[in-house]
Amino acid sequence: MLSKRLIVCLDVRDKKVTKGIKFKGNVDIGDPVELARQYYEDGVDELVFYDITASAEARPIDIEMVEDVAKNIFIPFSVGGGIRGVEDMRRALLAGAEKVSVNSLAVKNPEIISEGARAFGKQCVVLGMDVKKVAVSTSIPSGYEIVIQGGRKPMGLDALEWARRAEELGAGEICLNSIDADGTKEGYELTLTRLISEAVSIPVIASGGGGTCEHIVDVLSEGRADAALIASMVHYGDYTCSGIKEYVSSKGVKMRPLV
Amino acid sequence: MGGGVDRVIAIIDYEAGNLRSVEYAFKFVGAECVVTQDPQVIAAAEKVVFPGVGAAGSCMANLCRLGLDKALLEALASKKKVLAICVGMQLLFEESREDGGVECLGVFSGRVEHFEFPAAARVKIPHMGWNAVAFTGGHPVFKDIPAASEFYFVHSYYVEDNAPEILAGSTEYGGKVFTSAVARDNLVATQFHPEKSGKVGLKLLSNFLEW
Repeated sequence: MLSKRLIVCLDVRDKKVTKGIKFKGNVDIGDPVELARQYYEDGVDELVFYDITASAEARPIDIEMVEDVAKNIFIPFSVGGGIRGVEDMRRALLAGAEKVSVNSLAVKNPEIISEGARAFGKQCVVLGMDVKKVAVSTSIPSGYEIVIQGGRKPMGLDALEWARRAEELGAGEICLNSIDADGTKEGYELTLTRLISEAVSIPVIASGGGGTCEHIVDVLSEGRADAALIASMVHYGDYTCSGIKEYVSSKGVKMRPLV
Repeated sequence: MGGGVDRVIAIIDYEAGNLRSVEYAFKFVGAECVVTQDPQVIAAAEKVVFPGVGAAGSCMANLCRLGLDKALLEALASKKKVLAICVGMQLLFEESREDGGVECLGVFSGRVEHFEFPAAARVKIPHMGWNAVAFTGGHPVFKDIPAASEFYFVHSYYVEDNAPEILAGSTEYGGKVFTSAVARDNLVATQFHPEKSGKVGLKLLSNFLEW
């Protein structure tokens, strides 16, 4: 039986891991490769690295860091931020990343998903979606809208429609981030997660709002997510990956045991 | 390279996706390895790794275009130890249903099929993530791997109809039990990615070094 995955997200800025609240105000936490190694030793199933300023500074993702990670940890990891096209995807994958995540680039240019899938296989292309709850309208029938620029810019695009379209275009996985829940530690957006996860046949990673082990149990069961993304829970030392996985398993959610 | 056999692992580079992680993982467990498209380097190596990420059609086309199908078959015939991974394992069979049907190497009899599940079952495809492998037959490459170990998978096609004598491991997904490892003589193959499977994966790779 396939295990549900626990994924730790490392937001990287100037070669440091950082964590912000609702994309505002960031605190530095440590060296990305060293943190990655700690989480790997502690039993995390997968890692995500977002170069959070690459896009804004119009520079490519930090390839040296990707190589360093690939030489030291032997679990899948994806990278995002600063991906401008297929060539950037290629460089990240050749440096040792398992997958590449595209978010606002795909909103502006959906073809990047199919180009990436054709060139490297669907399994390499993750669609990152930042989603905000809005009033139901004719243009946003699900009541969930795609936003970019850390939630500042609404795109007039329905999240459910976008998820389905991305699957058709060839996305291999969706990383679904609720802007409303992100950084609150009050739990994942279960309604949104379930809505998207049941609408597509590709795996969905739930992101935003994880603050307790119970939140992770909820999103992996009630929310129907295939994986839960966490950051601050472990970055500040409040929880360990092994401890979280043990708790979640004890509640009947299948997780990879540490052997 | 000279005429002798070097204690080197040749990782066959047939332009099929990311080989870096395979190389890094072997280096991490102390192997001397080289990523190569050169049949002579493969012929001179002690052991060979046949990786694979991507679609069967383009993988097979690249393999043949580069003449590496012959190099691989010669390595097998010369009794070099060979480890095939993921699409590498699938290409060892007769045919894959991927890309409208692809003729493969036919080292093993059997076919590669697409996962099919009823819509109501809500089983996600690809089979992506960590899953257990029930190893059978006590192969040296799978020794000392704890029973509860899980390995990292990412694939939408699986091997069907293989002969029971080559079965070395099986895995359950969405109610379907499929072949996740096969072995015969000097050849061992896994559907999962040992290079991405944490410590148990590294253990498997170091077992391959010692085999």
